[in-house]
Amino acid sequence: MHTPYLIWIILVPLFGALINAGFYFYHLKLKKIPEKLFAIVGTVTPFIAFLFTLSLFLQLLETGENVEQTLFQWLDVGQLSIEMKFLGDKLSIFMSMFVTFVGWLIHIYAVGYMKGDDGFGKFFAYFNLFLASMLILVLADNPVILFIGWEGVGVCSYLLISFHYTNGANVMAGNKAFIVNRVGDLGFILGVVTLFFALDQTGLSFSVMKENIHLASNDLLILSGFLLFVGAMGKSAQVPLYVWLPDAMAGPTPISALIHAATMVTAGIYMVARFHFLYASVEEIGLFIAYTGAVSALFAAIIATKQTDIKKILAYSTMSQLGYMFIGVGLGFYSSGLFHVFTHAFFKAMLFMGAGGLIIALHHEQNIFKMAQHRKRLPIISATFLIGVIAISGIPPFSGFFSKDAILAAAFQQEQYLIWCIGMFTAFLTAFYMFRLYFIVFKAPNGQENAYVYTDKTITFPLLVLAIGAIFAGFLNFPAIFGGSSFIDSWLAELNSIKLHMSHATEYALMVASIAVAALGIFVAYKKYYNYDVFKPETEDGLIGNKFYVDEIYHVLFVKSIKKLSNFFVDTVDGKIIDGGLMYACRSFIGIGKKLAIIQNANVRYYAFYMLAGISSISFYVYITLLGQ
Amino acid sequence: MASLTGYAIVSMILFSLGTIGVVSRRNIFVIYMSIELMLNGINLFLVTFARYHFNMDGQILSIMVIAIAAAEAAIFLSVIILLFRTRKSLDTDIFTDLKEEVE
Repeated sequence: MHTPYLIWIILVPLFGALINAGFYFYHLKLKKIPEKLFAIVGTVTPFIAFLFTLSLFLQLLETGENVEQTLFQWLDVGQLSIEMKFLGDKLSIFMSMFVTFVGWLIHIYAVGYMKGDDGFGKFFAYFNLFLASMLILVLADNPVILFIGWEGVGVCSYLLISFHYTNGANVMAGNKAFIVNRVGDLGFILGVVTLFFALDQTGLSFSVMKENIHLASNDLLILSGFLLFVGAMGKSAQVPLYVWLPDAMAGPTPISALIHAATMVTAGIYMVARFHFLYASVEEIGLFIAYTGAVSALFAAIIATKQTDIKKILAYSTMSQLGYMFIGVGLGFYSSGLFHVFTHAFFKAMLFMGAGGLIIALHHEQNIFKMAQHRKRLPIISATFLIGVIAISGIPPFSGFFSKDAILAAAFQQEQYLIWCIGMFTAFLTAFYMFRLYFIVFKAPNGQENAYVYTDKTITFPLLVLAIGAIFAGFLNFPAIFGGSSFIDSWLAELNSIKLHMSHATEYALMVASIAVAALGIFVAYKKYYNYDVFKPETEDGLIGNKFYVDEIYHVLFVKSIKKLSNFFVDTVDGKIIDGGLMYACRSFIGIGKKLAIIQNANVRYYAFYMLAGISSISFYVYITLLGQ
Repeated sequence: MASLTGYAIVSMILFSLGTIGVVSRRNIFVIYMSIELMLNGINLFLVTFARYHFNMDGQILSIMVIAIAAAEAAIFLSVIILLFRTRKSLDTDIFTDLKEEVE
């Protein structure tokens, strides 16, 4: 069904970005503009986008008919025809619902967080631009439009990580994120091209591809599925392309909450879900995705247990949770993977925002042990943080429990016991490191009176809203076993290639098991850290503390070798071969010219002789040829 | 009547003498006269073959050559006078002002 206002979901934040950018230039060049104006434009536009999405959602709920809008024909070359078209089906509306909603809340939060920053207006321009790009990505009707959004969010991520560009480390982190993502993007482009040719160039719209998927040979489908997943690995920070995510925490905390926790990093999962018809026909790749997810989940969880920077812990936990989501989508149980995306957006955004509030209150201290030493009383932040920690640990009835349990149940049912075991162990580690963080920052005794600190309303309001979401979002997919409606499962049922059909006893047993491991994790953390002496901080040492030396290995393998290659090209290929060759050619021409200049001696008689010699030789040649005929 | 080959050879000799004169002599007057010799060699050639083919085109062309040579003579002589006034010499080898100095 065609609808004229689907595009406005994207255009409104885009206009917000343009207006804020214009204001910001005005602010820089002519007259100061109060922060309030930027803040109003920055926060109202996501809300309008949310209202548009909500109305489309209600319409979709009522009619069950996909909405779409074609703007114009973008490219028409031979078989390749690309329309600037946007699609609002159940999946994309589901995604844009929480992207706009959580995005709106984080925009409000950013007003408080960025207060007094020189680049306040610039920040909101980038932030709105990010939201618009993310919505392009989500609502795109074909992979090329999706790629525009994909790159758009990448650029915004880069711009916002290195937002405080006067600090060299931030710029390096931004570069790293951008360059590592580039590896993934290459995979994505190659994947789309492979798929285009695999489908006999029949078209690039998702619906057309879905219809024609049987045309492709299995090998090409496996190849394109793998290449597309490489793109997802980069964007969603999976092993081995995850290294940028922890460094991306150099950006301001609202960025970490919105881009590197709630929305952008889930783009990879969304993309795999968009290509569900492709992954349904090549199960090997699905399994590969699930294993990559499991390995990433475990790997990140192990590293997180040793980290001391609050944002890095949260970053590794994001990566770990993204691993869970990939287990879900890889096994073909898309609704649970996307449900985890949904609940994760709530509690992880809240955790990041809580961490940001703490960081501001404690004068930009990020080491959890030092934070504990100078602890302040922050009732709302500590309460919401506790909710987030419980939710991510998987304690019912908080949202994280339902979504994580559904993924683990799917792994168990598909008889992927290895993945299930890794998932369970990761769940234990998750509970452990999150409560380690919580106990150290909020509970471990530090022998000091803690003064109450007022926290700005723009910071507490989104926290409270998200806390409600983190508690109750799980009930949107309340399992049928408890008499729930499994709303999200049925909403996204058409994506799923497998169905959960387990006996109630198994289902109960799995739930009890996952609660038990979470409780065990909490208990271990309680034993070790509840009464921890925060004046004896842990250090990041050993194999785990050094993040398995992955950064160092990459440095040697890629950075150094590429630098060597560049130096080789600079010194030898460019300096010696190309430059040297050109200079040699130039000098030879000059030399030859000097030699030839001798005959040009301005003596008329000689000129006459040259002419005569020339004419004679040509005549002789003509004579010889004529003689030959 | 002399044969066609005889006329052709005479005109070729005239032309070659002119050419050699242009290349080897240094006096501008002699070079000028050599050029005239070349022109007349060609004229003889044209007239000979025009007559041989009973086609007047060649003769017309040779009359044009003579006319143009007369005009040319006027220009040439005045140039020679100017050259002589500047250098007080008629030796072509000293007129090398257009030569570019090669270091």
